[in-house]
Amino acid sequence: MNFETVLPLAPWVVFFPVLGIILNLLFGKRLGEKGIGVIASLAAGLSFGVAALLALGLTGHPEGGTYHLLRWLAIGDFTADWNFRVDTLSVTMMLVVAGVGTLIHIYSIGYMHADVRHEGDPARFRRFFVFLNLFVAAMMILVSADNFLMLFVGWEGVGLCSYLLIGFWFEKGAGGIANAQAAKKAFVVNRIGDFGLLIAIFLIFYNFGSLDFETVFAQAPQVAAVLPGVILAITLFMLLGVTGKSAQLPLYVWLPDAMAGPTPVSALIHAATMVTAGVYLVARSQALYQQIALAQDVVMWVGAATALFAATIALGQYDIKKVLAYSTISQLGFMVTAVGMGAAVAGMFHLVTHAFFKALLFLGAGSVILGLEHGHEHAAAHGSHTEEGHHAAFDPQDMRNMGGLRGKMPLTFWVYLIGALALAGIAPLSGFFSKDEILADASLHHPAVYVVLTAAAFLTAFYVARQLAMVFFGKPRSEAAAGAVESPPVVTVPLVILAVLAAVGGLLNFPTTHWLEKWLEHSLYGVQPAKFILSVALISLAVALAGLLVGWLIYGRKPLADARQPDPLARPLNGLFLALENKWWVDELYQALVVRPYLRLAQFLAQPVDQGVIDGLVNGVGNLMRATAQSWRRIQNGYVRSYALTILLGVVLVITYLVLR
Amino acid sequence: MPMSYYLILSAAMFAIGVLGVILRRNPLVVFMSLELMFNAANLVFVAFSAYHQILDGDLFVFFVMTTAAAEVAVGLALMVAIFRAKHTIDLDEMSMLKG
Repeated sequence: MNFETVLPLAPWVVFFPVLGIILNLLFGKRLGEKGIGVIASLAAGLSFGVAALLALGLTGHPEGGTYHLLRWLAIGDFTADWNFRVDTLSVTMMLVVAGVGTLIHIYSIGYMHADVRHEGDPARFRRFFVFLNLFVAAMMILVSADNFLMLFVGWEGVGLCSYLLIGFWFEKGAGGIANAQAAKKAFVVNRIGDFGLLIAIFLIFYNFGSLDFETVFAQAPQVAAVLPGVILAITLFMLLGVTGKSAQLPLYVWLPDAMAGPTPVSALIHAATMVTAGVYLVARSQALYQQIALAQDVVMWVGAATALFAATIALGQYDIKKVLAYSTISQLGFMVTAVGMGAAVAGMFHLVTHAFFKALLFLGAGSVILGLEHGHEHAAAHGSHTEEGHHAAFDPQDMRNMGGLRGKMPLTFWVYLIGALALAGIAPLSGFFSKDEILADASLHHPAVYVVLTAAAFLTAFYVARQLAMVFFGKPRSEAAAGAVESPPVVTVPLVILAVLAAVGGLLNFPTTHWLEKWLEHSLYGVQPAKFILSVALISLAVALAGLLVGWLIYGRKPLADARQPDPLARPLNGLFLALENKWWVDELYQALVVRPYLRLAQFLAQPVDQGVIDGLVNGVGNLMRATAQSWRRIQNGYVRSYALTILLGVVLVITYLVLR
Repeated sequence: MPMSYYLILSAAMFAIGVLGVILRRNPLVVFMSLELMFNAANLVFVAFSAYHQILDGDLFVFFVMTTAAAEVAVGLALMVAIFRAKHTIDLDEMSMLKG
């Protein structure tokens, strides 16, 4: 495939999803659920096809190129264009976004069919797919951008879609506002990060005079030599944006709440693609980060701390999706650590494999939730004799209500097992290779980080074992679990495909071929050849197995008997487990440190300042005017003769002045 | 005749006209007073036109007369309309627009 012939196709990775949106908006009502789902999936699938063609084109021309679509801005010397950057890095991201995205679109046809009926508003089916396509379009803009401004458009676009989809059932959730609040939280926390990214972009523009990747990255060494502080500021402000979008410390708090969105959204946006945008940004900007060792260290430690911190919280969660959410934060921490260390290939490798197995896990969890909802409705319809009140409060996502699903949902169990073992890092599944590459790099240059990451890897395997045991093993702990059934093929087929990818994804950068590295070294700055260290690999495998084993000993050997039994760790760990269960009270801390003072400030500005001072000023001016007018209205007596007299006096005055001047 | 005669006569006419406009309540008399003011101005125009031997002033007088005629036509029409509505044309009765 000739690169020059496929390059003009690049904008179609965005156009196809947009076309899907338009078609569904115009004709969706008439097409019905099948038609909507097919159009949306086709839009994502065609986008994937374009990305695949671009990838084929790149094989013969790996240095890539840009496709100029439109001039966007021209202000003096500064220009910003809609340029689509087609190189190995952006095409890798496109393939992941569109590939995983297409599978999730197909899955959503089945999932949302059940979900809109469960929530009682089938008319919202179309809206879901419009949002999903909008997300794919925005994400494609983000990854194919050739300048920071276009990237920012995509960056905000995916943030918007995230907000819209978290709040998809905005009138549902605890108290009727929990989902809307979760969406708002995600939006506001992301604004903080975006503020950082914007400052970084302004700084880049101010110091480089351009926002184009080529220009900025080419000038980075010279600028760094003269103004290292500027590059440090740019990279750290950019990191603030990354911590927001990729859910790192200290801005990770929105991602667990984002699980309020439908499960396919959690899989696509909050696990596989959008949250990796930060990792992509740092990988893309390696030319900036590698100028300043301090910036790299900060990124690395933020990632490592997040990886361990989030993994600990995952131990104490009961919601099947919350466990996966904290696991996602933890794995994103691994990726951020990797790109912070300069091991961008390892980071991108983990990004790709993580997209496979975490999307698989979320979709598997969605399948479990569907099964439980079905069982719950079945039990309710047959007038079950559970005590009153239990029904209303039934939570189909609570792992304590599950158990024994291995026999009820065999296919879901097997694919979930593959995803879980890949996440735990068991050879030869994909997660083992990508995580090992990060660990190997850390062990060579940053031993302390290596220790932290290994601890996180142990905890990962542990919570994976806990989740597997609680969901699939033992006996059903609720009637819903007892009545669960396997999901339809439209749900399970994408799961199987993702399971295959999660299993063999390690081949992408297999230690002997290093195919991904040779692919990405054309577009990543300063790629160091990856090393495969047998001892590190064996240690991480042993750690993962040990984690699984400990988890199995605690949760699997003696499964929970009923839904209200406390966690086996609650007694021995006591206060510590309480802390894990409550997520180290970080939300409460932020509430006390940031949210409440801010609300108090807002209250102060609203009541005394705005309504007192500002309104007082405005109303005062108005009142003054009225009082003046009241006293002057006497002049306007309505008699023509007095007006004529006034005119005469005026004329006399003017003439007197002119004459006597 | 010296120029000042014309000017004094014109000023007197103008002053009488102004007083008529301001003091009288009958709109017909007010219109006549207005005409007096116009003609005071016209008198000055023709006087200076003759004095300087230029036709500009004479020419301008025609325009003033035309405008005055049009203005009176509009004014009388207004008066008829007002009389139909209020059954009086006393100017002091027309004070609905007072503040």
